[in-house]
Amino acid sequence: MSDFIGGEYDVIVVGAGHAGCEAALASARLGHKTAIFSLNLDSIANMPCNPNIGGTAKGQLVRELDALGGQMGISADATFIQSKILNRAKGPAVYSLRAQIDRRAYSGYMKLVLEQQENLDLKQAEVTEILYDEKKVTGIRVHTNAKYLCKALILTTGTYLKGRIIIGETSFEGGPDGLFPANRLSDSLKNLGIEILRFKTGTPARINRRSVDFSKLIEQPGDDEIVPFSFMTTELKENQVSCYMSHTTKETHRIIQENLHRSPLYSGDIEGIGPRYCPSIEDKIVKFADKESHQIFVEPMGLGTMEMYLQGMSTSLPEDVQIKMIRSVPGLENAVVMRPAYAIEYDCINPTQLKLSLEHKEIEGLFFAGQINGSSGYEEAAAQGLIAGINASMKLENREPLILDRSQAYIGVLIDDLVTKGTNEPYRMMTSRAEYRLWLRQDNADVRLTPIGRKIGLVSDERYNKFLKKRNQVEGEIKRLKETILPPSDHINSFLERHGSARIVTGIKLYDLLKRPEIEYEHLSEIDQKADLSKEVLEQVTINIKYEGYLKRQMNQIDQFKRMEERRLPDDIDYSEIHGLSLEARQKLNSLRPLSLGQASRISGVSPADISVLLVYLESRKRKKSK
Amino acid sequence: MINDTIAGISTAVGNSGITVIRLSGPQAFLIADVIFKGKSTVQEQESHTIQYGKIISPKTGDIVDEVLLTKMESPRTYTREDVVEINSHGGYTIARTLLNLLYESGARPAEPGEFTRRAFLNGRIDLSQAEAVMDIIQARTQRVSKVAVKQLEGSVSKKLDDIRERLISLLSAIEVNLDYPEYDAEEVTLAQAGNTTKEIIGILDELINSFSFGKLLREGMEVVIAGRPNVGKSSLMNRLTRKNRSIVTDIPGTTRDIIEEYINIKGIPVKLVDTAGVRETSDKVEQQGVERSVKAISEADFAIVMADAHTLLTEEDEIILKKVQEEGKPFVLCFNKVDLIKEEKRERLKKNMPEAVFMSITEDIGIEALEERIFKFATENIQDMDNQVLITNTRHENQLKKAKSYLEAVYTASQTGMTLDMVALDLKAALEELGKITGHYADEDVINAIFSRFCIGK
Repeated sequence: MSDFIGGEYDVIVVGAGHAGCEAALASARLGHKTAIFSLNLDSIANMPCNPNIGGTAKGQLVRELDALGGQMGISADATFIQSKILNRAKGPAVYSLRAQIDRRAYSGYMKLVLEQQENLDLKQAEVTEILYDEKKVTGIRVHTNAKYLCKALILTTGTYLKGRIIIGETSFEGGPDGLFPANRLSDSLKNLGIEILRFKTGTPARINRRSVDFSKLIEQPGDDEIVPFSFMTTELKENQVSCYMSHTTKETHRIIQENLHRSPLYSGDIEGIGPRYCPSIEDKIVKFADKESHQIFVEPMGLGTMEMYLQGMSTSLPEDVQIKMIRSVPGLENAVVMRPAYAIEYDCINPTQLKLSLEHKEIEGLFFAGQINGSSGYEEAAAQGLIAGINASMKLENREPLILDRSQAYIGVLIDDLVTKGTNEPYRMMTSRAEYRLWLRQDNADVRLTPIGRKIGLVSDERYNKFLKKRNQVEGEIKRLKETILPPSDHINSFLERHGSARIVTGIKLYDLLKRPEIEYEHLSEIDQKADLSKEVLEQVTINIKYEGYLKRQMNQIDQFKRMEERRLPDDIDYSEIHGLSLEARQKLNSLRPLSLGQASRISGVSPADISVLLVYLESRKRKKSK
Repeated sequence: MINDTIAGISTAVGNSGITVIRLSGPQAFLIADVIFKGKSTVQEQESHTIQYGKIISPKTGDIVDEVLLTKMESPRTYTREDVVEINSHGGYTIARTLLNLLYESGARPAEPGEFTRRAFLNGRIDLSQAEAVMDIIQARTQRVSKVAVKQLEGSVSKKLDDIRERLISLLSAIEVNLDYPEYDAEEVTLAQAGNTTKEIIGILDELINSFSFGKLLREGMEVVIAGRPNVGKSSLMNRLTRKNRSIVTDIPGTTRDIIEEYINIKGIPVKLVDTAGVRETSDKVEQQGVERSVKAISEADFAIVMADAHTLLTEEDEIILKKVQEEGKPFVLCFNKVDLIKEEKRERLKKNMPEAVFMSITEDIGIEALEERIFKFATENIQDMDNQVLITNTRHENQLKKAKSYLEAVYTASQTGMTLDMVALDLKAALEELGKITGHYADEDVINAIFSRFCIGK
């Protein structure tokens, strides 16, 4: 079969899921001629699992992505059908936005954004081979045998590589959501010497709304006041749907117990490693046998469909068992299953083969993002996609890669965890993975990242000016509160009493008044002329004042952390020749090749003493050089 | 890790009379001033001079030690940083207290080989020695971790595990609420967090009290003085107490027959116990005293059996000696009042009984020799007495105290209605401090606990 050149691009993105979309948009928006390939252009930015975006830690990721100039937040704001802030009572470090999304609308919206993007071509094809010259990527070949040339290649293949679907005793080759798998690309990766892992994930069944008895379910409405994901969104629609809650019964557990032997997870048919945080319902029942009931959430998949998602019922049991167990749940007695639950096994790479820029350590120009890196979740994928898209562009422009560290963003925690520590299960972001959670909040993602996005070139004038205005207002108001001193008076003291706060006998700054837990900013309007400021500004002001002590401490820790991150380890070190290092450290450091002393210190097997030795080594190297 | 001020011990403790404690870093003078009171402040003191002064605990105002302090301004110092060296005569207990005071005043425990590492990084040590420096770091670290493991064996380690387990359990219960709010894991309330934290602080306190040193170094080696009445036991007790700085005054509540005194012999803390005369008796009251004495002997680590050089071993002395031997106690036989016998006889006795100590308390003969015997026994029999133990111990103690202060912050936060995310922040910090002792990573432990203990998932 003769081949031909189908096109020449700066950047090619393989896969048009959440990672691929962000990668392609970033690269095209930075002015690079980009092509994005998908097995099926009708499944762009598809959500084959849960129909929502955000949630704990994930909401933070979307905010960060948005602050850098990414797309997911804007698209989610345009197509959400219900919105909620989780953890409102548990403190600002963990407030998390989550929205139910109209799945088809989201996919359509994203497709249009891609289509309208200058410098970006969309192509429907299966990519079968990576073309390279020595250790440098030169292009791809697709199933029609066409070749496309590129300077940088970003693989965002999701769960498609050698995908295998398992439903009970049945299994077949397949990608997610009834799509085809991509069977040939993994072999091309192996030929390049890339280490492949096999992971597994799963999704619950979808049922028809008409078959649900809502009178037995508990309604879970959205918030009255809706907060957008994007710092750019000013107007938002209202909530249009509710979610619902039910629970498993003894009968459900009995059905599962009796059919456990038919689960491929227990019979050994599934080899892939599944995530601990997403156990299937049979896993939960086996592992937590004393728990009599588990929650089930029934969530709409969109406005234009009757399909509903059954969160909490992920399973790989056979279809007949699925139907029985779903029907044992109150409200779902007559449920009609439209798509059965399934488990999916897929190839991904060992992410420790990557640099923090998401480029492969050995193969120049080859970037990876999303589930192929062992992560899980739309938001985790999108965040990596954006970084890979940016860094492919930086490489073409001969600029420094964008590496966010653990103190700058959840995105930094995500990538550092994957690349430095690796993962042995699909990796999900959690707030407890972040050391500096109090600083990595969703409300200040713009403060942390918009200036960086501006330097990269993804932040528009409009976004940047909006950000500057907000920042000035926050700083101005804090200054004003520090400078306004209230003298003690009956008026003030009766105000304080009203709010259960101690009286004052000497003057007090508004700033210090706000530090009292019982005094909220809104209360101040009773004693102070009200500043005309947006909710977002007031939120910043309040958090900065109320948690000042904790924040200061966190900033000090961040300072310490940064010092180690800033000590760069040159590329050409041969760790096996560094005398004082432990043997394990020599091997690990040689294979992982960390960027900084900080990164080195997070590699398992590298001890503080090894870090000490490296410090000495770096100094002696410097002295030798200067000689 | 690079620009802070560190403190550690730079000489051997115990076997030499002097311990040198070294402070190095930009805040060395400032920190020294917090605990040192001399003619001038350390900050005003001229560089490369020595000054005499007192170490005073900033919290209690107690005088801990009298010391010589050397101030050395950067760069003409071992590390090329500002350096303070404190020469103390106090031995183990005092060195430990001094180090703790420095840690409380803002210094960080020096890592193994860190003074040397800094010396190198600051250009003080020649490039040709770089490899040697790296070796020192690795070797010392291994030595320290060996000691740490040894220290952690047994009950201390069990208690530490217990505390960590409780902390992980509380923190993972909070974290699962924070990370999986939509699941029906039981919510942890602030009040619950506060109460549990208070309990943990209680156990931590016990650990801090029991952890710092083994029984020997904490309470002192117990040395009992046995002998029939009027051989000079009390005089010896007084003599040793007067000569050696008393660390703790009389412990109240001791029986009228047994007097205890804490003294310090060449840096070894010693609990000296004076017994009532041990002899077979039918007198009921005296019988009790004798029983107690026998008990004191059996509990002691070491016995001084005193006899009269003039009478040599009487029948009564033999009984006492037998008791000591029956108990399997190491002992030294002491003949007092050698001043009352002739020189010639004295020499003969010495020749016949080379193991015994011949002394005269009134004439101040043989006291040194006795102390030497006690010290020799201590250093020979207590394996883990060296610098590393002390350093490891004080470092661990420092970490336990830090963990405690984080937990206290948790408790305060729980009382003032702080949010759970802030509470979690301090809980994690406490867990990290404890993790530094045991080599665990808080993050991994908590995430593993979340997955294994709570039922979450799609």
